[in-house]
Amino acid sequence: MTRERRPHGRRGRLLQLAGRLGGVVLVVWGAATAGFIALRLIPGDPVDVMLGVHARVSEAVRDQIRADWGLDEPVVVQYLRYLGRLATGDLGTSYQLRKPVAEVIGNQALPTVQLTALALLFAVILALAAALLARGVRARRVVSVLELFVVSSPTFWIGLVLLTVFAYQLRWFPSAASGGFAALVLPALTLALPVAGVISQVLRQGLDQAEAQPFATTVRARGVRPARLVLRHTLRHAAADSLTLTGYLVGSLLGGAVLVETVFARQGLGGVTVRAILGRDLPVVLGIIVLAAAVFAVINLLIDLAYDRIDPRLRLVAA
Amino acid sequence: MTELITKRPTVTRRPAPAGVLLAAVFLGVLLLAGVAPWLLTGQDPLHAEVADALSSPSLEHPFGTDQSGRDVFARVVYGIRYSLVIGFGATLLALVAGTVIGVVSGLASRVVDGVLSRVIDILMAFPEILLALVVIAVIGPGEASLLTAVALAAVPAYARVARVRTLVVKRSSYVTAATALGVHPAVSVARHIVPNLLGPLLVMATMGVGTAIVSAAGLSFLGMGPQPPTPEWGLILSEGRNFLATAWWIAVFPGLTLTATVIATSTLGRYLQARGGA
Repeated sequence: MTRERRPHGRRGRLLQLAGRLGGVVLVVWGAATAGFIALRLIPGDPVDVMLGVHARVSEAVRDQIRADWGLDEPVVVQYLRYLGRLATGDLGTSYQLRKPVAEVIGNQALPTVQLTALALLFAVILALAAALLARGVRARRVVSVLELFVVSSPTFWIGLVLLTVFAYQLRWFPSAASGGFAALVLPALTLALPVAGVISQVLRQGLDQAEAQPFATTVRARGVRPARLVLRHTLRHAAADSLTLTGYLVGSLLGGAVLVETVFARQGLGGVTVRAILGRDLPVVLGIIVLAAAVFAVINLLIDLAYDRIDPRLRLVAA
Repeated sequence: MTELITKRPTVTRRPAPAGVLLAAVFLGVLLLAGVAPWLLTGQDPLHAEVADALSSPSLEHPFGTDQSGRDVFARVVYGIRYSLVIGFGATLLALVAGTVIGVVSGLASRVVDGVLSRVIDILMAFPEILLALVVIAVIGPGEASLLTAVALAAVPAYARVARVRTLVVKRSSYVTAATALGVHPAVSVARHIVPNLLGPLLVMATMGVGTAIVSAAGLSFLGMGPQPPTPEWGLILSEGRNFLATAWWIAVFPGLTLTATVIATSTLGRYLQARGGA
Protein backbone atom coordinates (compact mmCIF):
# COMPACT_ATOMS: atom_id res chain seq x y z
CA MET A 1 0.00 0.00 0.00
CA THR A 2 1.37 3.39 -0.82
CA ARG A 3 1.24 5.90 1.96
CA GLU A 4 -0.86 8.94 1.21
CA ARG A 5 0.64 12.35 1.47
CA ARG A 6 0.38 13.86 4.95
CA PRO A 7 -2.63 16.13 5.15
CA HIS A 8 -2.25 19.61 6.55
CA GLY A 9 -4.30 20.87 9.44
CA ARG A 10 -6.86 19.27 11.65
CA ARG A 11 -9.60 19.14 9.06
CA GLY A 12 -7.37 17.32 6.60
CA ARG A 13 -6.44 14.78 9.22
CA LEU A 14 -10.08 14.17 10.13
CA LEU A 15 -10.94 13.74 6.46
CA GLN A 16 -8.12 11.25 6.10
CA LEU A 17 -9.33 9.31 9.15
CA ALA A 18 -12.86 9.27 7.74
CA GLY A 19 -11.48 7.95 4.46
CA ARG A 20 -9.65 5.17 6.23
CA LEU A 21 -12.72 4.24 8.27
CA GLY A 22 -14.65 4.16 4.99
CA GLY A 23 -12.01 1.75 3.73
CA VAL A 24 -12.71 -0.56 6.67
CA VAL A 25 -16.45 -0.54 5.89
CA LEU A 26 -15.66 -1.20 2.23
CA VAL A 27 -13.52 -4.23 3.08
CA VAL A 28 -16.20 -5.69 5.37
CA TRP A 29 -18.86 -5.10 2.73
CA GLY A 30 -16.64 -6.69 0.08
CA ALA A 31 -15.99 -9.74 2.25
CA ALA A 32 -19.70 -10.08 3.07
CA THR A 33 -20.66 -9.81 -0.60
CA ALA A 34 -17.96 -12.15 -1.87
CA GLY A 35 -18.81 -14.62 0.90
CA PHE A 36 -22.53 -14.40 0.16
CA ILE A 37 -22.00 -14.98 -3.57
CA ALA A 38 -19.51 -17.81 -3.00
CA LEU A 39 -21.78 -19.58 -0.55
CA ARG A 40 -24.76 -19.25 -2.91
CA LEU A 41 -22.74 -21.15 -5.51
CA ILE A 42 -22.44 -24.17 -3.24
CA PRO A 43 -24.34 -27.10 -4.63
CA GLY A 44 -26.81 -28.69 -2.26
CA ASP A 45 -29.84 -27.65 -0.33
CA PRO A 46 -29.43 -25.81 2.99
CA VAL A 47 -32.47 -27.71 4.22
CA ASP A 48 -30.44 -30.93 3.90
CA VAL A 49 -27.78 -29.39 6.13
CA MET A 50 -30.36 -28.43 8.73
CA LEU A 51 -32.11 -31.77 8.79
CA GLY A 52 -29.31 -34.11 7.83
CA VAL A 53 -29.14 -35.63 4.33
CA HIS A 54 -30.96 -38.79 5.35
CA ALA A 55 -33.95 -37.12 6.95
CA ARG A 56 -37.24 -38.25 5.40
CA VAL A 57 -39.31 -35.13 5.31
CA SER A 58 -42.14 -34.28 2.97
CA GLU A 59 -41.67 -31.55 0.38
CA ALA A 60 -44.30 -29.44 2.17
CA VAL A 61 -42.25 -29.41 5.37
CA ARG A 62 -39.14 -28.51 3.38
CA ASP A 63 -40.98 -25.61 1.77
CA GLN A 64 -42.12 -24.49 5.19
CA ILE A 65 -38.51 -24.52 6.45
CA ARG A 66 -37.38 -22.54 3.38
CA ALA A 67 -40.07 -19.98 4.02
CA ASP A 68 -39.14 -19.73 7.72
CA TRP A 69 -35.51 -19.03 6.85
CA GLY A 70 -36.32 -16.71 3.96
CA LEU A 71 -34.66 -19.07 1.49
CA ASP A 72 -37.63 -19.00 -0.90
CA GLU A 73 -37.14 -15.35 -1.79
CA PRO A 74 -35.19 -14.09 -4.81
CA VAL A 75 -31.44 -14.04 -4.25
CA VAL A 76 -31.26 -10.26 -4.53
CA VAL A 77 -33.85 -9.83 -1.77
CA GLN A 78 -31.97 -12.32 0.40
CA TYR A 79 -28.73 -10.41 -0.22
CA LEU A 80 -30.23 -7.03 0.65
CA ARG A 81 -31.89 -8.47 3.75
CA TYR A 82 -28.56 -9.97 4.73
CA LEU A 83 -26.76 -6.62 4.32
CA GLY A 84 -29.51 -4.86 6.26
CA ARG A 85 -29.19 -7.26 9.16
CA LEU A 86 -25.40 -7.06 8.98
CA ALA A 87 -25.57 -3.28 9.39
CA THR A 88 -27.36 -3.78 12.70
CA GLY A 89 -24.78 -6.35 13.82
CA ASP A 90 -27.02 -9.37 13.19
CA LEU A 91 -24.97 -12.11 11.50
CA GLY A 92 -27.88 -14.49 10.96
CA THR A 93 -28.77 -17.79 12.60
CA SER A 94 -26.76 -21.00 12.62
CA TYR A 95 -28.33 -23.88 10.67
CA GLN A 96 -26.98 -26.48 13.03
CA LEU A 97 -27.09 -24.86 16.43
CA ARG A 98 -30.26 -22.80 15.81
CA LYS A 99 -28.65 -19.93 17.68
CA PRO A 100 -27.69 -16.45 16.47
CA VAL A 101 -24.28 -16.58 14.77
CA ALA A 102 -23.14 -13.54 16.75
CA GLU A 103 -23.85 -15.48 19.94
CA VAL A 104 -22.07 -18.62 18.69
CA ILE A 105 -18.98 -16.57 17.81
CA GLY A 106 -19.17 -14.32 20.88
CA ASN A 107 -19.29 -17.27 23.27
CA GLN A 108 -16.10 -18.72 21.83
CA ALA A 109 -14.11 -15.54 21.23
CA LEU A 110 -12.63 -15.17 24.71
CA PRO A 111 -10.48 -18.36 24.76
CA THR A 112 -9.05 -17.46 21.35
CA VAL A 113 -8.27 -13.90 22.42
CA GLN A 114 -6.57 -15.17 25.60
CA LEU A 115 -4.55 -17.68 23.60
CA THR A 116 -3.35 -15.21 20.97
CA ALA A 117 -2.60 -12.48 23.53
CA LEU A 118 -0.43 -14.75 25.66
CA ALA A 119 1.23 -16.11 22.51
CA LEU A 120 2.08 -12.58 21.39
CA LEU A 121 3.63 -11.86 24.79
CA PHE A 122 5.67 -15.09 24.68
CA ALA A 123 6.78 -14.38 21.11
CA VAL A 124 8.05 -10.89 21.95
CA ILE A 125 9.90 -12.10 25.07
CA LEU A 126 11.49 -15.04 23.24
CA ALA A 127 12.49 -12.91 20.26
CA LEU A 128 14.03 -10.20 22.45
CA ALA A 129 15.92 -12.80 24.48
CA ALA A 130 17.23 -14.49 21.34
CA ALA A 131 18.21 -11.23 19.64
CA LEU A 132 19.88 -9.69 22.71
CA LEU A 133 21.64 -12.76 24.06
CA ALA A 134 22.98 -14.10 20.78
CA ARG A 135 25.80 -11.61 20.37
CA GLY A 136 28.85 -13.82 19.83
CA VAL A 137 29.61 -15.58 16.56
CA ARG A 138 28.92 -19.04 17.97
CA ALA A 139 25.73 -18.02 19.79
CA ARG A 140 24.47 -16.40 16.61
CA ARG A 141 24.99 -19.56 14.65
CA VAL A 142 23.06 -21.61 17.24
CA VAL A 143 20.23 -19.07 17.33
CA SER A 144 19.95 -18.84 13.56
CA VAL A 145 19.69 -22.64 13.27
CA LEU A 146 16.98 -22.64 15.96
CA GLU A 147 15.16 -19.84 14.13
CA LEU A 148 15.25 -21.74 10.84
CA PHE A 149 13.92 -24.82 12.62
CA VAL A 150 10.97 -23.17 14.38
CA VAL A 151 10.09 -21.02 11.36
CA SER A 152 10.03 -24.10 9.13
CA SER A 153 8.15 -26.39 11.51
CA PRO A 154 4.40 -26.67 11.03
CA THR A 155 2.65 -25.07 14.02
CA PHE A 156 0.50 -28.07 14.73
CA TRP A 157 3.52 -30.36 14.82
CA ILE A 158 5.31 -28.09 17.32
CA GLY A 159 2.18 -28.43 19.45
CA LEU A 160 2.26 -32.22 19.24
CA VAL A 161 5.94 -32.30 20.22
CA LEU A 162 5.43 -29.92 23.17
CA LEU A 163 2.46 -32.02 24.31
CA THR A 164 4.54 -35.19 24.12
CA VAL A 165 7.51 -33.78 26.01
CA PHE A 166 6.00 -31.43 28.57
CA ALA A 167 2.56 -32.90 29.14
CA TYR A 168 2.96 -36.66 28.68
CA GLN A 169 6.63 -37.33 29.47
CA LEU A 170 7.61 -34.66 32.01
CA ARG A 171 4.03 -33.98 33.19
CA TRP A 172 4.81 -30.31 33.88
CA PHE A 173 1.61 -29.10 32.23
CA PRO A 174 -1.87 -30.59 31.89
CA SER A 175 -2.54 -32.40 28.62
CA ALA A 176 -6.21 -31.51 28.45
CA ALA A 177 -7.71 -28.04 28.29
CA SER A 178 -8.83 -27.62 31.90
CA GLY A 179 -9.43 -23.89 31.63
CA GLY A 180 -6.69 -22.81 34.03
CA PHE A 181 -3.63 -20.76 33.20
CA ALA A 182 -1.39 -23.86 33.23
CA ALA A 183 -3.44 -25.32 30.37
CA LEU A 184 -2.88 -22.15 28.36
CA VAL A 185 0.92 -22.20 28.55
CA LEU A 186 1.70 -24.95 26.03
CA PRO A 187 -0.81 -23.81 23.37
CA ALA A 188 0.43 -20.22 23.66
CA LEU A 189 4.04 -21.37 23.42
CA THR A 190 3.19 -23.44 20.33
CA LEU A 191 1.62 -20.46 18.66
CA ALA A 192 4.45 -18.18 19.77
CA LEU A 193 7.49 -20.18 18.59
CA PRO A 194 7.26 -19.73 14.78
CA VAL A 195 6.30 -16.08 15.24
CA ALA A 196 9.19 -15.56 17.68
CA GLY A 197 11.54 -17.03 15.09
CA VAL A 198 10.48 -14.46 12.51
CA ILE A 199 10.60 -11.48 14.91
CA SER A 200 14.01 -12.54 16.17
CA GLN A 201 15.37 -12.77 12.60
CA VAL A 202 14.17 -9.26 11.84
CA LEU A 203 15.35 -7.85 15.18
CA ARG A 204 18.85 -9.27 14.81
CA GLN A 205 19.09 -7.95 11.26
CA GLY A 206 17.97 -4.52 12.48
CA LEU A 207 20.48 -4.54 15.35
CA ASP A 208 23.32 -5.46 12.99
CA GLN A 209 22.35 -2.69 10.59
CA ALA A 210 22.02 -0.09 13.34
CA GLU A 211 25.40 -1.06 14.80
CA ALA A 212 27.06 -0.50 11.45
CA GLN A 213 25.78 3.07 11.25
CA PRO A 214 27.95 6.11 12.03
CA PHE A 215 25.93 7.06 15.12
CA ALA A 216 26.75 3.70 16.72
CA THR A 217 30.45 4.28 16.08
CA THR A 218 30.14 7.71 17.70
CA VAL A 219 28.44 6.25 20.75
CA ARG A 220 31.14 3.60 21.02
CA ALA A 221 33.84 6.22 20.66
CA ARG A 222 32.39 8.01 23.69
CA GLY A 223 33.31 4.90 25.64
CA VAL A 224 29.76 3.66 26.19
CA ARG A 225 29.55 0.01 27.16
CA PRO A 226 28.16 -2.34 24.47
CA ALA A 227 25.15 -3.35 26.61
CA ARG A 228 24.14 0.29 26.97
CA LEU A 229 24.63 0.91 23.26
CA VAL A 230 22.19 -1.87 22.48
CA LEU A 231 19.58 -1.01 25.10
CA ARG A 232 19.66 2.76 24.68
CA HIS A 233 20.32 3.15 20.98
CA THR A 234 20.33 0.33 18.48
CA LEU A 235 17.38 -1.63 19.90
CA ARG A 236 15.08 1.30 19.16
CA HIS A 237 16.04 1.23 15.51
CA ALA A 238 15.58 -2.52 15.30
CA ALA A 239 12.21 -2.37 17.09
CA ALA A 240 10.90 0.21 14.63
CA ASP A 241 11.77 -2.20 11.81
CA SER A 242 9.87 -4.99 13.51
CA LEU A 243 6.72 -2.88 13.48
CA THR A 244 6.38 -3.63 9.79
CA LEU A 245 5.73 -7.22 10.87
CA THR A 246 2.67 -6.43 12.99
CA GLY A 247 0.18 -7.28 10.25
CA TYR A 248 1.96 -10.52 9.49
CA LEU A 249 2.07 -11.37 13.20
CA VAL A 250 -1.62 -10.87 13.85
CA GLY A 251 -2.40 -12.90 10.74
CA SER A 252 -0.22 -15.84 11.62
CA LEU A 253 -1.37 -15.82 15.25
CA LEU A 254 -5.06 -15.92 14.28
CA GLY A 255 -4.46 -18.40 11.45
CA GLY A 256 -2.31 -20.59 13.68
CA ALA A 257 -4.90 -20.43 16.47
CA VAL A 258 -7.26 -22.59 14.39
CA LEU A 259 -4.66 -25.36 14.26
CA VAL A 260 -3.39 -24.94 17.83
CA GLU A 261 -6.89 -25.10 19.27
CA THR A 262 -7.46 -28.36 17.41
CA VAL A 263 -4.14 -29.82 18.57
CA PHE A 264 -4.88 -29.04 22.22
CA ALA A 265 -8.63 -29.72 21.91
CA ARG A 266 -9.34 -26.23 23.24
CA GLN A 267 -12.54 -24.24 23.03
CA GLY A 268 -12.42 -21.26 20.72
CA LEU A 269 -13.11 -19.78 17.31
CA GLY A 270 -10.90 -22.39 15.65
CA GLY A 271 -13.24 -25.15 16.69
CA VAL A 272 -16.26 -23.08 15.63
CA THR A 273 -14.69 -22.55 12.19
CA VAL A 274 -13.75 -26.17 11.62
CA ARG A 275 -17.15 -27.49 12.76
CA ALA A 276 -18.99 -24.92 10.64
CA ILE A 277 -17.00 -25.83 7.51
CA LEU A 278 -17.27 -29.60 7.96
CA GLY A 279 -20.95 -29.31 8.87
CA ARG A 280 -21.73 -26.89 5.99
CA ASP A 281 -23.19 -24.42 8.48
CA LEU A 282 -23.12 -21.56 5.99
CA PRO A 283 -24.39 -18.69 8.18
CA VAL A 284 -21.62 -19.40 10.70
CA VAL A 285 -19.00 -19.64 7.92
CA LEU A 286 -20.16 -16.33 6.49
CA GLY A 287 -20.16 -14.78 9.96
CA ILE A 288 -16.57 -15.84 10.50
CA ILE A 289 -15.51 -14.49 7.09
CA VAL A 290 -17.09 -11.12 7.89
CA LEU A 291 -15.61 -11.04 11.39
CA ALA A 292 -12.14 -11.93 10.08
CA ALA A 293 -12.34 -9.21 7.43
CA ALA A 294 -13.41 -6.65 10.06
CA VAL A 295 -10.61 -7.66 12.44
CA PHE A 296 -7.94 -7.46 9.73
CA ALA A 297 -9.20 -4.18 8.31
CA VAL A 298 -9.24 -2.56 11.77
CA ILE A 299 -5.79 -3.90 12.61
CA ASN A 300 -4.35 -2.57 9.36
CA LEU A 301 -5.94 0.79 10.10
CA LEU A 302 -4.34 0.83 13.57
CA ILE A 303 -0.95 -0.10 12.09
CA ASP A 304 -1.19 2.77 9.60
CA LEU A 305 -2.03 5.18 12.41
CA ALA A 306 0.77 3.81 14.59
CA TYR A 307 3.32 4.36 11.83
CA ASP A 308 2.53 8.04 11.76
CA ARG A 309 2.96 8.30 15.52
CA ILE A 310 6.10 6.22 15.93
CA ASP A 311 8.34 7.25 13.07
CA PRO A 312 9.67 10.70 13.99
CA ARG A 313 10.60 11.39 10.35
CA LEU A 314 6.94 11.26 9.38
CA ARG A 315 6.13 13.62 12.25
CA LEU A 316 8.70 16.13 11.05
CA VAL A 317 7.10 16.19 7.63
CA ALA A 318 3.77 17.01 9.21
CA ALA A 319 5.08 19.86 11.34
CA MET B 1 29.91 7.15 3.22
CA THR B 2 28.75 4.41 5.58
CA GLU B 3 30.60 1.83 3.58
CA LEU B 4 33.85 3.72 4.05
CA ILE B 5 33.67 3.66 7.82
CA THR B 6 32.37 0.21 8.57
CA LYS B 7 31.65 -2.74 6.41
CA ARG B 8 27.96 -3.57 6.43
CA PRO B 9 27.33 -7.11 7.59
CA THR B 10 25.72 -9.21 4.90
CA VAL B 11 22.01 -9.24 5.47
CA THR B 12 21.00 -12.33 3.56
CA ARG B 13 22.65 -15.37 5.00
CA ARG B 14 23.84 -17.40 2.08
CA PRO B 15 23.49 -21.06 2.90
CA ALA B 16 26.70 -23.00 2.63
CA PRO B 17 26.93 -25.03 -0.59
CA ALA B 18 27.11 -28.19 1.55
CA GLY B 19 23.71 -27.35 3.02
CA VAL B 20 22.29 -26.67 -0.44
CA LEU B 21 23.65 -29.97 -1.68
CA LEU B 22 22.09 -31.77 1.26
CA ALA B 23 18.78 -30.03 0.58
CA ALA B 24 18.93 -31.04 -3.09
CA VAL B 25 19.75 -34.67 -2.21
CA PHE B 26 16.90 -34.76 0.33
CA LEU B 27 14.44 -33.37 -2.22
CA GLY B 28 15.76 -35.90 -4.75
CA VAL B 29 15.01 -38.73 -2.31
CA LEU B 30 11.54 -37.26 -1.74
CA LEU B 31 10.89 -37.19 -5.48
CA LEU B 32 12.09 -40.78 -5.81
CA ALA B 33 9.79 -41.79 -2.93
CA GLY B 34 6.94 -39.95 -4.59
CA VAL B 35 7.40 -41.85 -7.87
CA ALA B 36 8.48 -45.23 -6.53
CA PRO B 37 7.85 -45.53 -2.77
CA TRP B 38 8.47 -49.32 -2.87
CA LEU B 39 12.16 -48.66 -3.46
CA LEU B 40 12.49 -47.11 0.01
CA THR B 41 10.39 -49.47 2.06
CA GLY B 42 9.37 -53.08 1.74
CA GLN B 43 6.34 -52.57 3.97
CA ASP B 44 2.74 -51.96 2.94
CA PRO B 45 1.42 -48.65 4.37
CA LEU B 46 -2.08 -50.10 4.75
CA HIS B 47 -1.15 -53.52 6.10
CA ALA B 48 -2.30 -53.76 9.73
CA GLU B 49 -0.59 -56.20 12.09
CA VAL B 50 -2.67 -55.88 15.25
CA ALA B 51 -0.21 -57.91 17.35
CA ASP B 52 2.45 -55.30 16.48
CA ALA B 53 0.31 -52.24 17.33
CA LEU B 54 2.01 -49.24 18.94
CA SER B 55 5.47 -50.79 19.01
CA SER B 56 8.36 -48.36 19.41
CA PRO B 57 10.93 -47.69 16.66
CA SER B 58 13.09 -50.71 15.90
CA LEU B 59 15.19 -52.04 13.03
CA GLU B 60 12.13 -53.65 11.50
CA HIS B 61 9.97 -50.53 11.97
CA PRO B 62 12.35 -47.51 11.94
CA PHE B 63 9.53 -45.08 12.82
CA GLY B 64 7.59 -47.60 14.94
CA THR B 65 4.03 -48.77 14.29
CA ASP B 66 0.67 -47.07 14.78
CA GLN B 67 -2.51 -48.05 16.62
CA SER B 68 -3.41 -50.66 14.00
CA GLY B 69 0.12 -52.02 13.76
CA ARG B 70 0.87 -50.31 10.43
CA ASP B 71 4.47 -49.35 9.74
CA VAL B 72 4.79 -45.58 10.27
CA PHE B 73 7.88 -45.32 8.06
CA ALA B 74 6.03 -46.93 5.16
CA ARG B 75 3.08 -44.58 5.74
CA VAL B 76 5.39 -41.56 5.70
CA VAL B 77 7.14 -42.77 2.52
CA TYR B 78 3.86 -43.50 0.71
CA GLY B 79 2.43 -40.20 2.01
CA ILE B 80 5.13 -38.20 0.22
CA ARG B 81 3.17 -38.67 -3.02
CA TYR B 82 0.15 -36.75 -1.71
CA SER B 83 2.30 -33.96 -0.33
CA LEU B 84 4.32 -33.63 -3.52
CA VAL B 85 1.28 -33.63 -5.80
CA ILE B 86 -0.42 -30.96 -3.68
CA GLY B 87 2.79 -29.00 -3.10
CA PHE B 88 3.85 -28.86 -6.75
CA GLY B 89 0.35 -28.84 -8.22
CA ALA B 90 -0.92 -26.03 -6.03
CA THR B 91 2.25 -24.00 -6.53
CA LEU B 92 2.09 -24.37 -10.32
CA LEU B 93 -1.58 -23.41 -10.36
CA ALA B 94 -0.94 -20.40 -8.12
CA LEU B 95 2.08 -19.39 -10.21
CA VAL B 96 0.13 -19.44 -13.47
CA ALA B 97 -2.99 -17.75 -12.10
CA GLY B 98 -0.94 -15.18 -10.17
CA THR B 99 1.19 -14.35 -13.23
CA VAL B 100 -1.87 -13.87 -15.44
CA ILE B 101 -3.62 -11.64 -12.88
CA GLY B 102 -0.43 -9.70 -12.15
CA VAL B 103 0.41 -9.08 -15.81
CA VAL B 104 -3.17 -8.10 -16.65
CA SER B 105 -3.26 -5.74 -13.67
CA GLY B 106 0.10 -4.25 -14.61
CA LEU B 107 -0.93 -3.60 -18.20
CA ALA B 108 -4.57 -2.65 -17.64
CA SER B 109 -6.00 0.83 -17.33
CA ARG B 110 -5.51 2.74 -14.12
CA VAL B 111 -8.99 1.93 -12.81
CA VAL B 112 -8.77 -1.82 -13.41
CA ASP B 113 -5.26 -1.93 -11.99
CA GLY B 114 -6.36 0.08 -8.96
CA VAL B 115 -9.25 -2.26 -8.17
CA LEU B 116 -7.22 -5.43 -8.77
CA SER B 117 -4.29 -4.31 -6.67
CA ARG B 118 -6.57 -3.20 -3.83
CA VAL B 119 -8.19 -6.65 -3.84
CA ILE B 120 -4.75 -8.29 -3.86
CA ASP B 121 -3.64 -6.06 -0.96
CA ILE B 122 -6.70 -7.00 1.08
CA LEU B 123 -6.31 -10.71 0.39
CA MET B 124 -2.62 -10.49 1.33
CA ALA B 125 -3.64 -9.25 4.79
CA PHE B 126 -5.19 -12.65 5.52
CA PRO B 127 -3.03 -15.61 6.45
CA GLU B 128 -3.00 -18.29 3.74
CA ILE B 129 -4.50 -20.93 5.99
CA LEU B 130 -7.62 -18.79 6.59
CA LEU B 131 -8.03 -18.09 2.86
CA ALA B 132 -7.67 -21.80 2.16
CA LEU B 133 -10.28 -22.57 4.83
CA VAL B 134 -12.69 -20.13 3.18
CA VAL B 135 -12.16 -21.83 -0.19
CA ILE B 136 -12.82 -25.23 1.39
CA ALA B 137 -15.91 -23.82 3.07
CA VAL B 138 -17.20 -23.02 -0.41
CA ILE B 139 -16.13 -26.10 -2.38
CA GLY B 140 -16.28 -28.66 0.41
CA PRO B 141 -13.54 -30.85 1.90
CA GLY B 142 -11.61 -33.50 -0.03
CA GLU B 143 -8.32 -34.15 -1.77
CA ALA B 144 -8.97 -32.04 -4.88
CA SER B 145 -10.38 -29.19 -2.78
CA LEU B 146 -7.22 -29.23 -0.71
CA LEU B 147 -5.10 -28.58 -3.81
CA THR B 148 -7.45 -25.87 -5.11
CA ALA B 149 -7.68 -24.17 -1.72
CA VAL B 150 -3.94 -24.09 -1.15
CA ALA B 151 -3.41 -22.82 -4.71
CA LEU B 152 -6.02 -20.05 -4.52
CA ALA B 153 -4.70 -18.93 -1.13
CA ALA B 154 -1.23 -18.45 -2.65
CA VAL B 155 -2.37 -16.58 -5.79
CA PRO B 156 -2.32 -13.02 -4.32
CA ALA B 157 1.37 -13.24 -3.38
CA TYR B 158 2.39 -14.25 -6.93
CA ALA B 159 0.03 -11.72 -8.49
CA ARG B 160 1.59 -8.92 -6.46
CA VAL B 161 5.14 -9.74 -7.53
CA ALA B 162 4.10 -10.28 -11.15
CA ARG B 163 2.29 -6.92 -11.19
CA VAL B 164 5.23 -4.97 -9.80
CA ARG B 165 7.65 -6.63 -12.24
CA THR B 166 5.29 -5.97 -15.14
CA LEU B 167 5.16 -2.28 -14.23
CA VAL B 168 8.96 -2.13 -14.21
CA VAL B 169 9.43 -3.96 -17.50
CA LYS B 170 6.60 -2.07 -19.20
CA ARG B 171 8.47 1.19 -18.74
CA SER B 172 11.83 -0.17 -19.83
CA SER B 173 13.34 1.20 -23.01
CA TYR B 174 13.32 -2.06 -24.93
CA VAL B 175 9.55 -2.46 -24.53
CA THR B 176 9.04 1.17 -25.58
CA ALA B 177 11.32 0.51 -28.55
CA ALA B 178 9.39 -2.62 -29.50
CA THR B 179 6.13 -0.68 -29.34
CA ALA B 180 7.62 2.10 -31.47
CA LEU B 181 8.73 -0.49 -34.02
CA GLY B 182 5.13 -1.59 -34.33
CA VAL B 183 5.42 -4.89 -32.44
CA HIS B 184 1.96 -6.08 -31.42
CA PRO B 185 1.40 -5.61 -27.66
CA ALA B 186 0.52 -9.31 -27.27
CA VAL B 187 3.86 -10.29 -28.83
CA SER B 188 5.60 -7.83 -26.52
CA VAL B 189 3.94 -9.45 -23.51
CA ALA B 190 4.95 -12.93 -24.58
CA ARG B 191 8.47 -12.05 -25.71
CA HIS B 192 9.55 -9.38 -23.23
CA ILE B 193 7.34 -9.19 -20.18
CA VAL B 194 6.60 -12.79 -19.21
CA PRO B 195 10.23 -14.03 -19.57
CA ASN B 196 11.34 -11.19 -17.31
CA LEU B 197 8.89 -12.24 -14.61
CA LEU B 198 9.82 -15.89 -14.56
CA GLY B 199 13.12 -15.62 -12.66
CA PRO B 200 11.81 -14.06 -9.44
CA LEU B 201 8.52 -15.93 -9.63
CA LEU B 202 10.27 -19.29 -9.94
CA VAL B 203 12.41 -18.51 -6.90
CA MET B 204 9.20 -17.66 -5.00
CA ALA B 205 7.65 -20.88 -6.24
CA THR B 206 10.58 -22.97 -5.00
CA MET B 207 9.99 -21.71 -1.48
CA GLY B 208 6.25 -21.83 -2.07
CA VAL B 209 6.29 -25.61 -2.55
CA GLY B 210 7.32 -26.07 1.08
CA THR B 211 4.68 -23.63 2.33
CA ALA B 212 2.03 -25.32 0.20
CA ILE B 213 2.93 -28.74 1.59
CA VAL B 214 2.65 -27.45 5.17
CA SER B 215 -0.65 -25.65 4.49
CA ALA B 216 -2.09 -28.79 2.91
CA ALA B 217 -0.91 -30.95 5.81
CA GLY B 218 -2.45 -28.45 8.26
CA LEU B 219 -5.80 -28.47 6.48
CA SER B 220 -5.72 -32.22 6.29
CA PHE B 221 -4.87 -32.32 10.02
CA LEU B 222 -8.12 -30.38 10.56
CA GLY B 223 -9.99 -33.08 8.63
CA MET B 224 -10.48 -31.10 5.39
CA GLY B 225 -8.50 -33.43 3.14
CA PRO B 226 -8.23 -37.13 2.38
CA GLN B 227 -10.02 -39.55 4.70
CA PRO B 228 -8.48 -42.46 6.67
CA PRO B 229 -6.77 -44.81 6.05
CA THR B 230 -4.98 -42.70 3.40
CA PRO B 231 -1.30 -42.41 4.39
CA GLU B 232 -1.25 -38.59 4.13
CA TRP B 233 1.09 -36.67 6.48
CA GLY B 234 -1.47 -34.36 8.05
CA LEU B 235 -3.84 -37.25 8.56
CA ILE B 236 -1.11 -39.40 10.14
CA LEU B 237 -0.32 -36.53 12.52
CA SER B 238 -3.99 -36.15 13.36
CA GLU B 239 -4.25 -39.87 14.14
CA GLY B 240 -1.00 -39.76 16.10
CA ARG B 241 -2.43 -36.96 18.23
CA ASN B 242 -4.61 -39.49 20.07
CA PHE B 243 -1.66 -41.69 21.01
CA LEU B 244 0.89 -39.09 22.17
CA ALA B 245 0.89 -40.48 25.71
CA THR B 246 1.81 -44.01 24.68
CA ALA B 247 3.29 -43.78 21.17
CA TRP B 248 4.99 -40.43 20.47
CA TRP B 249 6.64 -41.77 17.33
CA ILE B 250 3.41 -41.79 15.28
CA ALA B 251 3.23 -37.98 15.36
CA VAL B 252 6.90 -37.03 15.80
CA PHE B 253 8.47 -38.71 12.74
CA PRO B 254 6.02 -37.55 10.05
CA GLY B 255 6.28 -34.01 11.45
CA LEU B 256 10.05 -34.17 11.40
CA THR B 257 9.95 -35.24 7.74
CA LEU B 258 7.56 -32.37 7.02
CA THR B 259 9.89 -29.87 8.72
CA ALA B 260 12.89 -31.26 6.85
CA THR B 261 11.01 -30.84 3.56
CA VAL B 262 10.28 -27.19 4.31
CA ILE B 263 13.87 -26.50 5.37
CA ALA B 264 15.13 -28.16 2.18
CA THR B 265 12.86 -26.17 -0.15
CA SER B 266 13.56 -22.86 1.59
CA THR B 267 17.32 -23.54 1.60
CA LEU B 268 17.20 -24.24 -2.11
CA GLY B 269 14.99 -21.19 -2.71
CA ARG B 270 17.28 -18.87 -0.77
CA TYR B 271 20.28 -20.21 -2.64
CA LEU B 272 18.60 -19.53 -5.99
CA GLN B 273 17.68 -16.05 -4.74
CA ALA B 274 21.27 -15.35 -3.68
CA ARG B 275 22.47 -16.57 -7.08
CA GLY B 276 20.58 -13.67 -8.61
CA GLY B 277 17.12 -14.96 -9.34
CA ALA B 278 15.39 -12.02 -7.68
